[in-house]
Amino acid sequence: MTGKADDMTGGTDVASRLTGFVAALRDHGVRIGTGETVDAAEAVRVLGLADRELLREGLAATLLHTTGQRQLFDAVFGLYFPQGVGAPGGDAAGREELRERLAEALAADDSALMGRLAIEAVDGLGGYGGAPGAGGWSSYQTLERLRPQTLLARVRDDVRARGGGGGFAERLLDDEIRRRIEVFRGQVAAEARRRVAERRGRDEIARRAVAPSADRVDFLYAGRERLAELRRTVQPLARTLATRLAARRRRAARGTIDLRRTLRGSLSTGGVPVRPVLRRRRPARPELVLLCDVSGSVAGFSDFTMLLVQALHDQFSKVRVFGFVNRLDEVTGLLVHGAADAAGLGARIRAEARLTGWHDSSDYGTALGEFTERYGAAVGPRTTVFVLGDARTNMADPNLPALRWIAGQARHVHWLNPEPRALWGTGDSAAPEYAELVAMHECRNARQLGALVGRLLPV
Amino acid sequence: MAAPFRPRPPEAHLFTSVDDVSARLAETGYLASPAVATTVFLADRLGKPLLVEGPAGVGKTELAKAVAEVAGARLVRLQCYEGVDEARALYEWNHAKQLLRISAGRDETWDETRHDIFSEEFLLPRPLLTAIRGDDPKVLLIDETDKADVEVEGLLLEVLSDFQVTVPELGTVTATRRPFVVLTSNAGRELSEALRRRCLFLHIGFPDEELERRIVRLKVPGLEEALAASVVRVVGALRAMDLRKAPSVAETVDWARTLLALGADTLDEAVVRDTLGVLLKHQDDVLKAAAKLDLSSV
Ligand SMILES: Nc1ncnc2c1ncn2[C@@H]1O[C@H](COP(=O)(O)OP(=O)(O)O)[C@@H](O)[C@H]1O
Ligand SMILES: [Mg+2]
Repeated sequence: MTGKADDMTGGTDVASRLTGFVAALRDHGVRIGTGETVDAAEAVRVLGLADRELLREGLAATLLHTTGQRQLFDAVFGLYFPQGVGAPGGDAAGREELRERLAEALAADDSALMGRLAIEAVDGLGGYGGAPGAGGWSSYQTLERLRPQTLLARVRDDVRARGGGGGFAERLLDDEIRRRIEVFRGQVAAEARRRVAERRGRDEIARRAVAPSADRVDFLYAGRERLAELRRTVQPLARTLATRLAARRRRAARGTIDLRRTLRGSLSTGGVPVRPVLRRRRPARPELVLLCDVSGSVAGFSDFTMLLVQALHDQFSKVRVFGFVNRLDEVTGLLVHGAADAAGLGARIRAEARLTGWHDSSDYGTALGEFTERYGAAVGPRTTVFVLGDARTNMADPNLPALRWIAGQARHVHWLNPEPRALWGTGDSAAPEYAELVAMHECRNARQLGALVGRLLPV
Repeated sequence: MAAPFRPRPPEAHLFTSVDDVSARLAETGYLASPAVATTVFLADRLGKPLLVEGPAGVGKTELAKAVAEVAGARLVRLQCYEGVDEARALYEWNHAKQLLRISAGRDETWDETRHDIFSEEFLLPRPLLTAIRGDDPKVLLIDETDKADVEVEGLLLEVLSDFQVTVPELGTVTATRRPFVVLTSNAGRELSEALRRRCLFLHIGFPDEELERRIVRLKVPGLEEALAASVVRVVGALRAMDLRKAPSVAETVDWARTLLALGADTLDEAVVRDTLGVLLKHQDDVLKAAAKLDLSSV
């Protein structure tokens, strides 16, 4: 075990390591040009390899361009420029001894020591499968056996015994220790990935075991944690979109020269039109109607989009939101109050609005029909309608006339479908039929959603 | 990876190593994290502009000032805002002076006059032009780039690509000595990819506890070490709370100063309650934090 990324001293090895690293980042959607790769190589040259932290920061500075990619970058970096190679030296430490030393490291808030313990813990507790080549290393198993969360009380006592307690900051201690334990869990996960990568080839692991950045996770497959992470991006995304919309609006408003007013103004200058008068367009802000499938299969997508629209509500003169599964109900009010508790929003909508009749699979035809009958007046010539859902009708009648009627009333109708385009029309999907009536867009992740919303929202 | 790369001649480098960056910035009162020191070092070596992003009050502007001081360079600052334009960023002609000169009506042809009024004497250089003219070392700070309109980005891209500016009436000015360029952004607006690609990227987040303690002790020397440690811990707890606006380094330093001025030598409930407003700017944040910190009432 050395602190260096030490098996990469030869020039060609560094070059190929760097090339593999860049390729893995590209696989995850980080756009890296040749210019950046050249800069990165130069960074490696001037920084040297002796200090892994400098190397990591130098590569991040040359290869990344935004903050959102950093977590992904760090995970991939750990695979291509590992802390060490192989297993730690010495006898594998037992569970009790590891817990003992981890408690001390947590009490001292020594993250370097915690990192070394993570390496030992994965080695000693994380291996599974006896036959060489067949097994692997699991961070889950390591943490299950070590149970670092149960050290809280001990660490607290340790810190107090050292005189670190007392006073006002005392009450912060538990949460501080919890955050340190979280850091340790991350260190264990990274080390397990590295050990597995060593066995199975890091290119493959980099592709499969490193989670994509949150905004590229498919809505349909995002777990609860990823969705929570996504929700935290709603506000920044809304802010970016709001500026983009404002810019579009300014451009539209700058408009054309008002000839009549320009000439009228020129009377005072002897008819020479010196001050062009721009025609000010002050259109009323547009109205927005959202029809959202909130059934289980696409709930993550709908919830996220509703929150985004809610965060953008001051861009519109009016926003109305309707949820449906096989019945439809207005949920605008729930959304306004629900924004504060984003995590519980979906559940509340499903609990408080009347969205299901006698079964609970989605039925687009009935829901669209109910919308035209009960809320048809919500759609007028200034309204843009967004329909959110996978268009899977569970074999029921898609009720195309209802959608056609809405398209006839509204200024624009856009359908955002979270399924990959290749699946449209397979099984019970009525996507192709609907897509003949209104513009349907593939919208699989937050990144696509942001781009679509920025482009399609009326200003 | 043997690409033709021409580093600047050695005498043009500001720093000899990453440690040298940290040490010399520290002398001016700026404490750099390893990420900051490494990236500043690379920006100098690779001769590329440095784009610094991060929340308000983490020392982005201060970093540019510190680099200028260390380098013995003049700081040229373009403060961006909505509506900043070429005339403010690059140069403009001094119309008033030109008019005076025209109406002085010397005995000469219009061609001569025109040649005269579009000369150096009537030019008002703005930061971008100033930064690439002359041989003295300069640090160009383009501050709060995200506040400028998108059109300005095109202009920046042009200037930062060739380090030359064409004034139609005068000709092209090319930098004989490239300035060290720092752009800052609070990510209020996503900057264009083209501009990002021109730059080395540095995100400055909130510092870790140890660094923040050192910053507090440096900026507020009179404060007891133990109190400084408590201050940083409370701020860390607030940042974990998901508030509308988390306190930044600037607020930590302000709070430490306040405590020193109040003569507090330890933190207690009353002191924290009475001074929470220094750290938190929104009333609902104050309420939320008070509840989570178990402060009896605010
Ligand atoms: N690393 C640091 N070293 C020294 N002072 C710092 C540091 N980071 C922040 N500060 C303090 O924070 C204040 C705000 O910094 P500033 O550069 O204005 O923030 P920003 O430009 O990121 O909004 C500075 O006046 C300085 O006192
Ligand atoms: Mg600033």
